[in-house]
Amino acid sequence: MINNKRVLIIIPAWNESASIADVIREVRGELPEVDLLVVDDGSTDDTAKVARAAGATVSRLPYNLGVGGAMRLGYRYAYENDYDVAIQIDADGQHDPRYVPKLVDHLDEASLVIGARFAGEGDYTVRGPRKWTMVMLSGVLSRMAKTKLTDTTSGFRACNRDIIRLFAEWYPVEYLGDTVETTVRVIRLKHKVIQVPVAMRARQAGTPSHSPAKAMVYLGRAFITLLLAIARR
Amino acid sequence: MKLTIVTAIAGLLVVVVILELLRRRQLREKYAVLWLVVGLIVVPLGAFPKMLDSVATTAGVRSGVSLVLFLGFVFLLLVCIHLSWESSRLEEETRSLAEEVALIRTQLAEQERTAAIALIRTESAERERAND
Repeated sequence: MINNKRVLIIIPAWNESASIADVIREVRGELPEVDLLVVDDGSTDDTAKVARAAGATVSRLPYNLGVGGAMRLGYRYAYENDYDVAIQIDADGQHDPRYVPKLVDHLDEASLVIGARFAGEGDYTVRGPRKWTMVMLSGVLSRMAKTKLTDTTSGFRACNRDIIRLFAEWYPVEYLGDTVETTVRVIRLKHKVIQVPVAMRARQAGTPSHSPAKAMVYLGRAFITLLLAIARR
Repeated sequence: MKLTIVTAIAGLLVVVVILELLRRRQLREKYAVLWLVVGLIVVPLGAFPKMLDSVATTAGVRSGVSLVLFLGFVFLLLVCIHLSWESSRLEEETRSLAEEVALIRTQLAEQERTAAIALIRTESAERERAND
């Protein structure tokens, strides 16, 4: 419970046995009053076992569906178990659970609250095509949302009951759909979206992709995802 | 003359394969009908290739054979699009099922856990009563 609201933290995890236990322990330590659901997206390592041992409820998908599939399962769980607030956190330790109460507080003003880098706190930086992508996405989405959104691909977000219900039945599986497309949809359904500055940490396990070619592909995909999201009914 | 025979045989082969697959219940009727119709069109065309020439001329195509080739290409393209559509739908369906299964297993595990805790509680309560 945070502010008398039943809060569920959803952690999608795919082969994250190296970092998942630490993330769970940290969330448990910082926020003992919230429930924790780890969605194991068909991992081939012992992510589910490690997560269960660390004290989380674990939902295990029979095969890998991608972040979108894992997230929809998380929201379905939140919807069926009647939670007031659902919050996504990455399994790689980038998101600091100490910001969770801050996100929940801002749900009084909006239906979806994005924990954003590049918004004052923290010193996370990107360059090149990756930066252009973020500039383009945040430009378009800020205009649509009529508020400043600087980090639209952030997976650190909190939402209220209305959005839980929406995401429980509709959540895209495609890459970037889980962040960009969902945001566009939420805005177009006339829900308020805002961002709250958070500091992000370096990931504790796994490596980010840094090659310029990949970054260009990323830009292209972001562009297509955005166009489709806007064109879709 | 050879071409006619080859085409006719190809058409017949399609029809036979489809019927056999149907007989073994390996093919859904909705797809079978489509391919049977294709086969039934190809067989007579193989025997009488000049049949479509008048239609082709009206459409501005020089020979019936070219027309068939073009239409066949368009047809196959449409079939491919249809299959992509079907597989997208199937993927969405299996995705829903996977989520459903995971959800049910989670609920089951939770119920088992609460049941186990309840059992331990009643057992320890009984033990205390026995000790008193």
